Amino acid sequence: MAVGILSFGAYLPRNRLQRSEVASVHGWFNPGLKGLGRGERTIANWDEDSITMALEAARDCLSGHDRSGLAALLMASTSFPFQDRQNAGVVADALNLDSAMLTLDLASSQRAGSSALLAALKMAPAAGGAVLVTAAEKRHTRAASPQEMTYGDGAAAILVGEGEGVARLIGAHTEAVDFVDHFRGEDGKFDYAWEERWVRDEGYNKIAPTAINALLEKTGVAPDSITTFCFPVAARRVAAGLAAKLGLPESSVADNLQANCGEAGAAHPLVMLVAALEKAGPGERILVCGFGQGCDALLFETTGALADLTPRRGVAGHLENGYSDSNYARYLTHNKLIEVERGIRAEVDKITGLSTLYRNRKMAQLMIGGLCTDCGAPQFPKSNICVNPYCDAVGTQEDHPFAEKLAVVNSFTADRLTYSPDPPACYGMINFDGGGRMMADFTDITPDIELKVGMQMRMVFRVKDFDDKRGFRRYFWKAVPVDTGTGETPGKEG
Amino acid sequence: MADGIKDKVAILGMGCSKFGERWNDNAEDLMVEAFVEALADAGIEKGQIEAAWFGSAIEEQHVGKSAVPLSMALRLPNIPTTRVENYCATGTEAFRGAVYAVASGACDIALALGVEKLKDTGYGGLPQRSRGSVNDLFWANASAPGSFAQLASAYTAKHGVDAGDLKRAMAHVSIKSHDNAVTNPKAHLRNKITEEKVLNAPMIAEPLGLFDCCGVSDGSACAIVTTPEIARALGKTDLITVKALQLAASNGREAQHQSWDGSHFVTTRAAARRAYDEAGITNPREQVSLFEVHDCFSITELVTMEDLFISPEGGAVRDIMDGFYDADGQVPCQIDGGLKCFGHPIAASGLRMIYEMYLQMQGRAGQRQRAGEPTIGLTHNLGGFPHQNVCALTIVGKEGV
Repeated sequence: MAVGILSFGAYLPRNRLQRSEVASVHGWFNPGLKGLGRGERTIANWDEDSITMALEAARDCLSGHDRSGLAALLMASTSFPFQDRQNAGVVADALNLDSAMLTLDLASSQRAGSSALLAALKMAPAAGGAVLVTAAEKRHTRAASPQEMTYGDGAAAILVGEGEGVARLIGAHTEAVDFVDHFRGEDGKFDYAWEERWVRDEGYNKIAPTAINALLEKTGVAPDSITTFCFPVAARRVAAGLAAKLGLPESSVADNLQANCGEAGAAHPLVMLVAALEKAGPGERILVCGFGQGCDALLFETTGALADLTPRRGVAGHLENGYSDSNYARYLTHNKLIEVERGIRAEVDKITGLSTLYRNRKMAQLMIGGLCTDCGAPQFPKSNICVNPYCDAVGTQEDHPFAEKLAVVNSFTADRLTYSPDPPACYGMINFDGGGRMMADFTDITPDIELKVGMQMRMVFRVKDFDDKRGFRRYFWKAVPVDTGTGETPGKEG
Repeated sequence: MADGIKDKVAILGMGCSKFGERWNDNAEDLMVEAFVEALADAGIEKGQIEAAWFGSAIEEQHVGKSAVPLSMALRLPNIPTTRVENYCATGTEAFRGAVYAVASGACDIALALGVEKLKDTGYGGLPQRSRGSVNDLFWANASAPGSFAQLASAYTAKHGVDAGDLKRAMAHVSIKSHDNAVTNPKAHLRNKITEEKVLNAPMIAEPLGLFDCCGVSDGSACAIVTTPEIARALGKTDLITVKALQLAASNGREAQHQSWDGSHFVTTRAAARRAYDEAGITNPREQVSLFEVHDCFSITELVTMEDLFISPEGGAVRDIMDGFYDADGQVPCQIDGGLKCFGHPIAASGLRMIYEMYLQMQGRAGQRQRAGEPTIGLTHNLGGFPHQNVCALTIVGKEGV
């Protein structure tokens, strides 16, 4: 029975940190950074983490897909916000998926994303439905580290299941080798990395060929028939060197997105796979690897069904929708790499009543409101008595999801008094298409965006508050402009 | 059909503390300051007060819960004492409780006192605080200025007013209040400001700059009320009586139903209609002598003057720029300096407004006394946010008017 990719999606944060800014700030300390000081990398906003990014990628992936009947949701990352609270479960919840499904986190290696995809493909025939694989990464890096330059934040999602889908799995092979090129220990916030030349010579150039050769041999696929080779490492010329060594066509070497995204860790194999699928025509062979304590190699062949997918943002759409962020100080602040005086207003206790959250989960996490079955008025939150002044019916509301609705701005402000990690705090009253409204936080309001009454917004799932005292974070939905800004920094830096 | 409160209750005495940054005083000191003045003004003994209503809003910031802090501070003789809280309408709520108690015949003389000690937070502006376990899950990260600022964007969109013209009218609201406060010894801010200064001030919440926002201060105000008959028996003449007490609270329509456009206060309009009816006022623009409205932000005052049916809808900008609401205009608004210059010790503000009306109606307002014997005064409080709030209106005036 064939298994394959049914759909795919991606998410890359809108802000693109200009590496030249980092190099110019730290060049006095580490002149070597200047060699990495070209291009830009994706940086998550202060209210994003791997859960929120995985969710956005999943929404992208599920564009035009029925969300019911999914058998499993896997999430891969090495930067999970929660050590003990299932991260995949939050994503599944926010997607408003049926609770009768398997959810699972996969972690601890840069190979987590590719291995999750492989596991999903293997479980698909017996899963009883499609399996959604998400991978997301927002890793902490030290200021002035090479990782700060080469890493990127992002996510991808791939829906797999029985049948050939848009790309059939030809075969896969994994080499599990405890090769420690870097690690992050139990209490470690940052990666500890060994010399790049050793990693290249003993890691990439020895372990990957073993895995790829085994795969090609197993599947009987000729190396020169590979159309696209996705090898997700930041180091330059590694993929090209491997291709030459393995007999893969030079033209097959896929862009590792180092120039405009950075390497998104466990998510990067999937990000590159999505980018390859976006560009592919039918009958193309895509070889994707994941490297980390060994190497995964997966080989797909695209089908004619690719053309039938509904349009989505994908990697290309997100890459286009960037804002050139030169405010390195903001990045340092958001990532707590410098200690900023936040003022007494920032000291408010952000404790979340876990019983309150669970009781209000549909409202707070799924953004489900009410629809009055008497008068048809949608309302958020759902309530016992209809808000329509001409209706007033009691107990008539059924669950009504708002997360995928578009809205328009009715009023707004940019607030510099209330504490926000990213002042000014922008928020306003938004009116949902078809009825219902709420006073919503806005996010991703980069300086190139001019807020206006009547502007169209969509909802995104973000961190609402960090409870630093207890290590908890609560999520809610915020509004972002549908039409994003120009991407250019206006005359004056905001 | 109820016949309302008009002329059933008279103000026997009032007191008001100096408002400001009272670094060296506790809430207790402010309460006693207002009470001692009120008691002397009423000309009665403390033992004649039969019931008391105590307003404090952000109680965790100063006195804690219950009405016990009032009873302790004033050493009240174990009389019924009740604490009320209703956002910025808290002071007016205390007054309402006392007035209704007298009107009902439950007691002859009742006390209302509001106090707020806000300047112990360590920063300017109202305290940043939890909104409750459920609300914290989904409420926007909104401050008071950020919520009220949105009136401006919705007002501009609705009326097609040029944002610059609106900003200048808002500036005039604040300039006028500063002009008025110069001669008021109890005001917190007693300096004049210029349009240039207002327009170039740092932005707090767009489009509200620093001078579009009222101050935050400490203060207390107090009223002692009784029936007109008892007031006369105690030797009082030229009584100031209560003409109307109205309150309106949002029910979620503004926050959750698109029928509200965001440019005005649903509650103020509802309360105003009922208050004018209760007071027998048919043409408020001509009949009301003075207004003290809740100018927490300049834009609030601007749209409130429409919601009180004084300026026509979309016409407040013009009235304000014409000087209609200036101290020497047709109907002065904030002749004492308003929240803008008194600051806004939440539970004290409503009673502070009534105090000014009481003085003005009696011709006791000193240098800021309105000429021509004002007869009817309206006070207005607006608590919460434009999209979910409580509005309290009080009309007081000379007996028989």
